[in-house]
Amino acid sequence: MSDYPLPISQVIDPTTSASERDTFLEKLHGWVVTVDHKRLGILYILYSTFFLLVGGAEAMMIRLQLAYPHNHVLSAQVFNRFFTMHGTTMVFLVGMPFLFGFANYIVPLQIGARDMAFPRVNAFSFWLTAFGGFLLYYSFLGGAGLYGVGNAPDVGWFAYAPLTLRAFSPGHATDYWALALIVSGFGTLGTAINIIATIVSMRCKGMTLMRMPLFTWLLLIVSMLTLVTITPLTAAQFMLLIDRYLGGHFFDTQAGGSSLIWIHFFWIFGHPEVYVLVMPAFAIANEIIPVFCRKAIFGYPAMVAASICIMFVSLSVWAHHMFTVGMTSVSNAFFTLSTMLVGVPTGIKIFNWIATLWGGRIRFTTPMLFCIGFLFQFLIAGLTGIMLSVSPWDWQLHNSYFVIAHFHYVLVGAVVFCIFAGIYYWYPKATGRLMNETLGKWHFWLFTIGFHITFDTMHFLGLLGMPRSIYTYQPDRGWNFLNLVVSVGGLIQGIAVLIFAYNFIVSYRRGEIAGDDPWDAWTLEWTTSSPPPVYNFEEEPEVHSRRPLWDLKHPDDPDWEYES
Amino acid sequence: MQTRRAQRLIRRSSAAAWLLLASPMLIAQGTTPSTLAPASTPAHQIFDLSIFVVAITGGIFLIVGGLLAIALYRFRARKSDPMGEPAQIYGSTQIELAWTVIPVLIVVVLFLTTARIIFAIQDAPKPKTALDVTVIGHQFWWEFRYPKYGVVSANELHIPASSNTAPEATFLKLTSADVNHSFWIPQLAGKTDLIANHVNTMWMDPRTPGLYLGQCAQFCGSQHAMMLLRVYVDTPEQFDAWIRNQQQPARQDPTVEAGRKVFERQACMNCHTVSGTAATGRFGPDLTHLMSRATLAAGATDNTPENLRQWIKSPDTFKHGALMPAMQLNDEQLNQVTAYLETLK
Repeated sequence: MSDYPLPISQVIDPTTSASERDTFLEKLHGWVVTVDHKRLGILYILYSTFFLLVGGAEAMMIRLQLAYPHNHVLSAQVFNRFFTMHGTTMVFLVGMPFLFGFANYIVPLQIGARDMAFPRVNAFSFWLTAFGGFLLYYSFLGGAGLYGVGNAPDVGWFAYAPLTLRAFSPGHATDYWALALIVSGFGTLGTAINIIATIVSMRCKGMTLMRMPLFTWLLLIVSMLTLVTITPLTAAQFMLLIDRYLGGHFFDTQAGGSSLIWIHFFWIFGHPEVYVLVMPAFAIANEIIPVFCRKAIFGYPAMVAASICIMFVSLSVWAHHMFTVGMTSVSNAFFTLSTMLVGVPTGIKIFNWIATLWGGRIRFTTPMLFCIGFLFQFLIAGLTGIMLSVSPWDWQLHNSYFVIAHFHYVLVGAVVFCIFAGIYYWYPKATGRLMNETLGKWHFWLFTIGFHITFDTMHFLGLLGMPRSIYTYQPDRGWNFLNLVVSVGGLIQGIAVLIFAYNFIVSYRRGEIAGDDPWDAWTLEWTTSSPPPVYNFEEEPEVHSRRPLWDLKHPDDPDWEYES
Repeated sequence: MQTRRAQRLIRRSSAAAWLLLASPMLIAQGTTPSTLAPASTPAHQIFDLSIFVVAITGGIFLIVGGLLAIALYRFRARKSDPMGEPAQIYGSTQIELAWTVIPVLIVVVLFLTTARIIFAIQDAPKPKTALDVTVIGHQFWWEFRYPKYGVVSANELHIPASSNTAPEATFLKLTSADVNHSFWIPQLAGKTDLIANHVNTMWMDPRTPGLYLGQCAQFCGSQHAMMLLRVYVDTPEQFDAWIRNQQQPARQDPTVEAGRKVFERQACMNCHTVSGTAATGRFGPDLTHLMSRATLAAGATDNTPENLRQWIKSPDTFKHGALMPAMQLNDEQLNQVTAYLETLK
């Protein structure tokens, strides 16, 4: 295949020469005004890593308070602020920016484009998201107007009205919460539109939709889902602010408003949001698992179909968060069925991943270990999800620690594990250096052990009747020992994350030089140099199958002869 | 033969599921509000359903997790591997169809079983003899009203035990005076939310007399954690005696007249009712029979004279953020009003 036009390692650099050293201020300025999708991707990742540490610190404080009954590390008010900020931070300032960071960095490279479709919208969206996050955290200072003690939202990340109305939440903390999410929400919408436009219109020659890498496919689906889900949240936030300041009565039960309206709006956003967070995790696993078991993904068309199916079904399950609000038995039965049906396409994905592993030669590198952890934990999370979909059982489990355990299995066991996998996997592409494998394995094992000590135990606390969102508990309930275990597990996870942070920083200067293609992978981002030049590719690549680098490495046995 | 083996398999897997679920009971205590020790029909039905669900999902976990573990072990990279890449397999439509259809069948079975229990619990007909109680959630306490008996109480719900000869069901109507709350006694039934402008219902028919614990299960503000809930299941005779006592107006004890005056001249009576007196406030708990309750401040502390005095002096001691203000009474007033409240048996 000598006529195959994939320019490996032929990087010319017509812009600034590396010998010109910029001053620190010039460099900083360069990062602030950048519209380069790779730099914005890195900014997103750094931003969400920072908030991962902040949200994690809040979780540590929460667990310190709950380690013993009637503990006094935090007051009730401070505890309520911390669990509200922990939830809001992890969903909006960690999960979503991580996903957009990966999308920004990887998608244009994988489809052979030179940038996103709208580079300046891209930069604008990032800074909106960033300012939203900082606005939220400014509430620690500004929530009480700078004249009193610190303040922050304390209404839960779900912020059920009417608790959020001025009658029950005076001060400005709740306003910070609503405004911060509106601002970052607009950033999210901008990026989602940008990703869709990029994937639809910027693919290189030969890359039909059914030849796109699954990572790109899933981010296309996630971005479409984001457009549908963020909108009701933004609308609900505006309604809340109208209630608070313009005399509206949407949620004001004293004046005929309805709390249920908020709950519906919130979960019409909130449930698809779970898939917005978890599908990028699938996307990362879809890239990493085939590469490290040296096989093509099993059932590519089925994987695409299952993802689209999940997108649609996820829009019809929101009320399974509402089995206890007093819906009719028929509604409860409907949402039980729709929720159980999500299990079918999700099951197809798990089976396809196992089939991909089957017959491969599995290399247990750090990114692969995190993906294997993801597979086991996501299987369990799916099964506890089936348990929660059984609405009578949900009447017991709802708002108990069982639910906390279940969604942390999804958001940590699946999403965070895959985010770590993705960072270990693409770090060499972005920096030119590999992260340290030994530290990576320490990180993996400590984090996995801590994860299971914490979240496996939480299921049992829920079964024993411990509700969520409580700042302390009575010593006679039989929850003391299990809570201590949960807290110890949390501490182990905290240590593991610190090892990761150290590895992340140190490898930037001292890591092993990676080369263009350290993992012997198959998608287009590995054809260009590490880190890639500003323009990504010297000339537009042309692809003939889903794995252009496989074709190049195996010219006698190329993929396009087999793909259907 | 086949069916007997299948039956044995089902029995064993349910037994395993039961063991898995019940293992945390080893560390549970008599006072643990455990969902695994059901004591009333709805809780029993949910528990039986949960064992069925755990048996099925546990089976899925063993099969899928086992396949995953086998794949990881059997296909790990070895030094003895031949050069080059393993055989590339791109997929198989037959296999995809198989693992689509089987989960669909499992969903059908799970859904039909679940639907039966949803309707059995939620649409159970209400017996004519059922006791009605209205539950009103407040920040951060529970108001209980027995409309048929004209009784109003707080935080400690008394209901009669059911038996074969005298079946007694209690039907609760639930609503809220302010924000959302949720009524949850795990041993008696699943939880139901209390929402203002919206009336929900639930029912229970416990058979074993005793005390059942629970607490508010929907975050409702700063002292959500101290919105505890106690349900006393009484024998029918105990329940009748309790109702008769609650129906009495407050005792008039001339020796604590000074305390009553403090109560009525300070702001206490704006929020609290003591029936038979001038105090008719409805913002706080009804205190007519305060001394018949074992706890103060929705379970935040035991109902002893010292705790009661401290609670009046400074509610923040037990429940920082409770809506009852410290009335800045002097020591004499405190002693007098505590003595008065101590007579409200």
